[in-house]
Amino acid sequence: MSSPERWTQPQPAGTPAATAARPTSEQVIAGLRATSEGGPELVQLLTPEGERVHHPEFDVDFSDEELRGLYRDMVLVRRADREANALQRQGQLGLWVPLLGQEAAQIGAGRALRPEDMAFPGYREHGVAWCRGISPKDIMGMWRGTDHGSWDPVERRFHLYTIVIGNQCLNATGYAMGQRFEGKVGDDNGEATMVFFGDGATSQGDVHEAFVWASVYDAPLVFFCQNNQWAISEPTERQTRLPLYQRARGYGFPGIRVDGNDVLASLAVSRWALEECRHGNGPVLIEAFTYRMDAHTTSDDATRYRHSDELEAWKLKDPIERVRVHLSRNGIADHDWFDAVQAEADELAAELREHVYNLPDPPTERMFDHVYAEANPVLAAQRDEFLSYMSTFAGGEH
Amino acid sequence: MAATSMAQALNAALRDALSENERVLVFGEDVGQLGGVFRITDGLTAQFGEQRCFDTPLAEAGIVGYAVGLAMGGFLPVVEMQFDAFAYPAFEQIASHVAKIRNRTRGALSIPMVIRVPYAGGIGGVEHHCDSSEVYYVATPGLKVVTPATPADAYTLLRAAIDDPDPVVFMEPKKLYWSKEDTELRYDSEPLGRAAIRRSGKDATLIAYGPSVPVAMQAAKVAAEDGLDLEVVDLRSLVPFDDETVTASVRRTGRCVVVQEAQGFAGFGAEVAARVQERCFHSLSAPVIRVGGFDIPYPPPMLEHSHLPGVDRVLDAVDRLQFSDEPDGRYLTGVRA
Ligand SMILES: Cc1ncc(C[n+]2csc(CCOP(=O)(O)OP(=O)(O)O)c2C)c(N)n1
Ligand SMILES: [Mg+2]
Repeated sequence: MSSPERWTQPQPAGTPAATAARPTSEQVIAGLRATSEGGPELVQLLTPEGERVHHPEFDVDFSDEELRGLYRDMVLVRRADREANALQRQGQLGLWVPLLGQEAAQIGAGRALRPEDMAFPGYREHGVAWCRGISPKDIMGMWRGTDHGSWDPVERRFHLYTIVIGNQCLNATGYAMGQRFEGKVGDDNGEATMVFFGDGATSQGDVHEAFVWASVYDAPLVFFCQNNQWAISEPTERQTRLPLYQRARGYGFPGIRVDGNDVLASLAVSRWALEECRHGNGPVLIEAFTYRMDAHTTSDDATRYRHSDELEAWKLKDPIERVRVHLSRNGIADHDWFDAVQAEADELAAELREHVYNLPDPPTERMFDHVYAEANPVLAAQRDEFLSYMSTFAGGEH
Repeated sequence: MAATSMAQALNAALRDALSENERVLVFGEDVGQLGGVFRITDGLTAQFGEQRCFDTPLAEAGIVGYAVGLAMGGFLPVVEMQFDAFAYPAFEQIASHVAKIRNRTRGALSIPMVIRVPYAGGIGGVEHHCDSSEVYYVATPGLKVVTPATPADAYTLLRAAIDDPDPVVFMEPKKLYWSKEDTELRYDSEPLGRAAIRRSGKDATLIAYGPSVPVAMQAAKVAAEDGLDLEVVDLRSLVPFDDETVTASVRRTGRCVVVQEAQGFAGFGAEVAARVQERCFHSLSAPVIRVGGFDIPYPPPMLEHSHLPGVDRVLDAVDRLQFSDEPDGRYLTGVRA
């Protein structure tokens, strides 16, 4: 038996982590923090310098149009994200959860989904929402404080945001089990589900239970974990000793680490994983290795716990810049086209701002709605009494 | 005397407990380097080291479950749940283990620990960040449940909770974290279980706790301008419950309103009202009235001011305490003539 001290004592330099019974925390940190590579297993199709590289398993030919589309998606969602962040700073939103830095992971995964597939987001998945046809405007109510989400999750094939960490993995597993029970799995036309969660979430029991259930029921479910290196102030090594994608092996399904700042790799691997699921070979875990470029939320002060040099290092791996370089270097897009995308982004931001300014305050009586399918007499009386009480105030409410 | 916020008082209580008792451990999500999302543990890791105050993996069932084991081994865990609703994953540990170990072992084992829960609304938080979850804990025998309303109490009660031989769910009204008071932080080992009279009055008693105490105080102030003299009782400790202070107050005033932020139906206020009418029936000149949140899921931030019982709704309840002989029309609801 090793003592607790042994786990945390540095091993002599050069001891390979793979052969040691337990890697030291230094080795783990070194492994996880070797962020420029993300380790030898990292699937990458476009380098940070914008160079297209090939991968023996996960290569896909992308048409020029597809490449331009992915770039445009990322620019638009980033612009909306920055606008929302600014709107929060100006007091127009109560809170904002930035996606900055995670555009490639999300757009890649989101564009791999087919319309009939289902997706379960956490709370940072504005890029996936975009791909599901949910405009940034539809998301604003939740952060302005007028609603808890404004779309029909089943109709839009995109569940409401889930704030309670990890819970959506259970729900997604159940949904995917249902797809299987209904025989929607088994060939090229099969359906699949994708669930989004963070590195921090992987510590929750719920996520482990989802891994177990999804595997024993062969659920057509892609676990898409965005490892953005931080769970609020806690670095990934507080959650795990080994790279997260390797966890899948213990549950009996494949795990793949993809460069989460590479939209092509994210798309290719997500497509492959969804294909596996459609054909009944699910589940699959994807770890998108990326970085949270902004604070956790607008309430957070990241300077309290992380160094700016880490941020600087990741700036060099910007998910958008590498596509831009690739497009222009290969003559896939010219100056005018980039300008047009930028103009479109600015227009989107302006519309978003306008929308937020004009979001009506919800009527008071709405809070009494939809608690039960049919009126609960006690609650109905409570509502009526309150509304008549409110009407006694001059000018209605307050 | 210095103006101290509730957050500072709680921080000081943890700091002093860590200094005085080396078995005390503080842990939870983001409590280390960051100092907690509300900064209640600010500077503790720096002062006491990673062994005494540390970040845990993101798993609340784990945080409480590990605390049980650590407590069995003689440590004194003081754990933080980041927000009210995020303690629910830990509820199984709390209800089945934390609350019951003394009873199951017929007293052989006690697992003193403190589970700190920032709770209740009023800060414009998004969903799951505003629950008044006290009723789940008070309905679980074996747990003590405490909630301060002032910085001075926050200090004393947290120290007392840490010293208490039983597990204590320590509920911190998050909207009061930044409320300040000129006070000397003092701990005189007062046992948990005493309510405080915040304001004496003779016409009616307002019973409040945690976030509703300032609301009751404000209501009493406004009522005074109308010539009504209201007494305000701050329960401080929900379990154990101070029947003595509450009963004495209502017997004196003959009227009682219970104010809570939580949903009213089967809420803690129902327990208070029942106890009051059982003990003060012959002194009461009016039914005990409860004012609380509505029986709805916590609404989006823009509606929380309507959901939460404010001064107006408390005063409206006071108006209904039958100071005149008019029958209270609202109690005719559901009665068929
Ligand atoms: C059950 C639960 N516990 C705690 C929280 C508070 N919380 C919100 S986000 C977060 C960190 C999540 O980190 P990660 O899973 O890595 O996702 P990220 O925010 O980095 O996208 C925490 C602890 C919560 N929302 N739910
Ligand atoms: Mg994270």
